[in-house]
Amino acid sequence: MKRRWNWPLWTGFLLALAGLFSYAVFAQFPITRDFPWANLLLFASGGILLVLGLGRAFGRPQVYRGKMFGPILAVLSLLAFTLFDYGVLYELRQMPASAGAPRVGEKVTEFTLPDQNGKAVALTDLLSSSDGAVLIFYRGHW
Amino acid sequence: MAISVDPPEVSKRHCQKMGFTYPFLSDPKAEVVRRFDLLHPGAGPGGADISRPAEFLIDATGIIRWVNLTENAAVRARPEQVLKAFDQGSAQADR
Repeated sequence: MKRRWNWPLWTGFLLALAGLFSYAVFAQFPITRDFPWANLLLFASGGILLVLGLGRAFGRPQVYRGKMFGPILAVLSLLAFTLFDYGVLYELRQMPASAGAPRVGEKVTEFTLPDQNGKAVALTDLLSSSDGAVLIFYRGHW
Repeated sequence: MAISVDPPEVSKRHCQKMGFTYPFLSDPKAEVVRRFDLLHPGAGPGGADISRPAEFLIDATGIIRWVNLTENAAVRARPEQVLKAFDQGSAQADR
């Protein structure tokens, strides 16, 4: 008898891949970037399906396929999940201490730097012509 | 206004792409970034020194009213947080 296709294995694997690669999309929106719950949900669904698929493959090998490629897909999915965890839950949180950064109540240090049009901009000029300023430091390298 | 280690032409391209109209300052040697103790050594592509993400609200007299030093590069201050800090600062100034 021809054994049946073990769809949860493949679907689970695809969900794990989606969990990894969809971060490029979900990282665009603060709600799915501040905490990557959408990606973790994809990984979790993938994991459940993989466990189900492996259960079928090993529990009823006469009916379902997947004893060979099931573990391979499971290991690859686990690798994708580990890579995601390392990148998003560990690497992004490695911040310098910045103990000497200016604090609330302190006077800001004056500086002058060229803007995007090459024109020199002094912080004092900007402050004197407005109610205040929001100074945003970016990682850059766009 | 914004500061990054990118040269002005890169910032200009980025501003045009994103529609940013505020001053986008260029600090290629990370001098101001260092002075603010925000340097993240080797965190850029190819091990370049870059700034960690950080936001400061400064009032017209140059006093810092609000600081946000994120613990996660993916989590930045949202506009409403900054506006709230600004409103609270104005309320205090009015008293």
